[in-house]
Amino acid sequence: MNNRESEVSGEFTLSGISGSPGICIGKAYLVDREGVDVIERYFVGQHETESEVSRFKSAVKNARDELSAIIADVPEELRENTYILETHLLLHKDKMLYDRTIDIIRKDQVNAEWALKKATARAVLMFKKISDPYLGARAADIEHVSDRVMRQLVGIGEVNISGIDKRVILVATHLTPAETSQIQLNRIMGFITDRGGKTSHTSIIARSLDIPSVLGLETATSMIKNDDLIIVDGNRGTVIVNPTEETLLRYTELRRRYVIRRADIVRSGDLPAESADGVVFPIMGNIELPEEVVGVRDNGGDGIGLFRTEFLYIGRNDFPGEEELYEKCRETVELMAPHPVTIRTLDINGDKEIQSMPTPNEVNPALGLRAIRFCLRKPGIFETQIRAILRAAAHGNARILLPMISGCEEITETMRIIDRAAEALEREGFDYRRDIEIGIMIEVPSAAILADAMADMVDFFSIGTNDLIQYTLAIDRGNPHVAHLFNPLHPAVIRLIRYVVDCARDKNKPTYICGEMAADPMNLPVLLGLGIDELSMAPQSIPEIKNKIRRLSVADTGRFMVEVLKKNTASDIQELIKNRFGDILYNDIYA
Amino acid sequence: MSEELKTDVIVSNPLGLHARPAAMIAKLAMKADGDIWLTMDDETVDASSIIDILSLACTNGARITLEAESKSDIEILRKIRSLFEKGFDE
Repeated sequence: MNNRESEVSGEFTLSGISGSPGICIGKAYLVDREGVDVIERYFVGQHETESEVSRFKSAVKNARDELSAIIADVPEELRENTYILETHLLLHKDKMLYDRTIDIIRKDQVNAEWALKKATARAVLMFKKISDPYLGARAADIEHVSDRVMRQLVGIGEVNISGIDKRVILVATHLTPAETSQIQLNRIMGFITDRGGKTSHTSIIARSLDIPSVLGLETATSMIKNDDLIIVDGNRGTVIVNPTEETLLRYTELRRRYVIRRADIVRSGDLPAESADGVVFPIMGNIELPEEVVGVRDNGGDGIGLFRTEFLYIGRNDFPGEEELYEKCRETVELMAPHPVTIRTLDINGDKEIQSMPTPNEVNPALGLRAIRFCLRKPGIFETQIRAILRAAAHGNARILLPMISGCEEITETMRIIDRAAEALEREGFDYRRDIEIGIMIEVPSAAILADAMADMVDFFSIGTNDLIQYTLAIDRGNPHVAHLFNPLHPAVIRLIRYVVDCARDKNKPTYICGEMAADPMNLPVLLGLGIDELSMAPQSIPEIKNKIRRLSVADTGRFMVEVLKKNTASDIQELIKNRFGDILYNDIYA
Repeated sequence: MSEELKTDVIVSNPLGLHARPAAMIAKLAMKADGDIWLTMDDETVDASSIIDILSLACTNGARITLEAESKSDIEILRKIRSLFEKGFDE
């Protein structure tokens, strides 16, 4: 950047950590923690209301067509299980949403987005009063439908720079996962925060929403004012504030290239991830809610590699009952069948507090009573979930995944609980499956070190790279002072993963990766070279990873590992990957 | 209003009137000539709107009054009634 020019325009750049890829240009909107109204309202002239109404109608039509196509893709024998989607299809034309939005456009003479937002908010508000947790949660269905239409609405004319200031970029100190999911993120262009790192849940959600974000900027909220024009470069982890005309033009072009490149990749998402030398890798999606199955299917996912069940537990005052958990698991398993759904049992931690069971004040929750430790301490809560999963397994292809295993006795104890649950289900005459695959998360170094012993006890390993890296390198990924040291390509991490894969292979057991390490193309040569059998990631990352795998040869990466293992630092390894596979993997839009 | 245009039902499926049953009701009610109403306690909603039905928050065991405005909709009313009786096949 030219200094003199920047003095005149006031352009400056902030550097942070890339939360999710993409580029957006727009006005800054500083949020307090209350949440935000991000849809701009503008008035349309009286003679324009009808064209606004037809714009809304065609958005609804497109959204319904899109959904019908998804439903049509569901195999005949599972057709009756698509009821959630069929319900959504009906909801598009529901009076309370459809007719009301049109009424509002006509009466208030406002843009369709605002009218839809208002109608949605009114409908959702009715649900806030409902005390039954399951019925109350149906507000999500309405939001889901509204979002689908909104995407159609705002997707139009996005290339035009003058239209951009209708939408905003969020600037916040910190967004927790719950807040991130509350805020209607797909109505905004992107977001940036002072805190957080690449693998925080906030960024995982941003990636699933497919919007760019930069985290860990430290000073964003103090340096940026409301309505400042900013450019978020989620690929590089930078934010440019008050850009000069020249910078603006350059980034408009970069954004155009990025969009084209991404569209290319998404188009081939349905094809299998078959490497250049003919090895096919199942590429799975990580999800938090049954509804997200749609996103996994849309992106060509081969199953669910990680269904985080915590979201069924948070934001409520009691624990969900067996029926409710069963319903949710069944929904997911049925929608994904015959592909596998890997259901991770309850993993509560400091990031995701459950209202019905406030975490005891722990100085260091990451090392505290969480996940399997919590479940074994509360066998009643655990058994309820296990029963629900075993019952859901009767409806498709489910796997159980146990989080935070750190010793063999935890597996033994869990197997006893699973046996007990199965015996009870048998006695009570329920439909269930006991022969379900049971695996463990390898995310605590002690489990990695004991992989040889544990491989005898379970059906598969799934490496949770986020935590494994955090615990191995002793780095809190949410701490901006050390987040830059969090590196999946650290030689210690690579050696640990290698040992786990080798132990599993000795016992003929597969090893999967479900951490965000799997979503970064730069890590692929190492993961393939180590012999990982299956990768799971945020649904939006699936098409790109599939695309890159098709251009790699597994035999090649295996040989490449010999060189990697000679290197002693993460930066040397990164350099090696860049030199060897840079052409294939590197983001070439900046060329 | 004649008696046959009004009937009481009990929500018998365990999860109550959630999205799927609501959709099943609305689908039928949309075909009606006149309006079909669902009443629980003093609240009345439009049976052709899933959202409206959901907003009633009928849990298992709730008593609901079904009402049709047009005589030609008696058959539809009967079908909705039988959905309730079968517990929406759940």
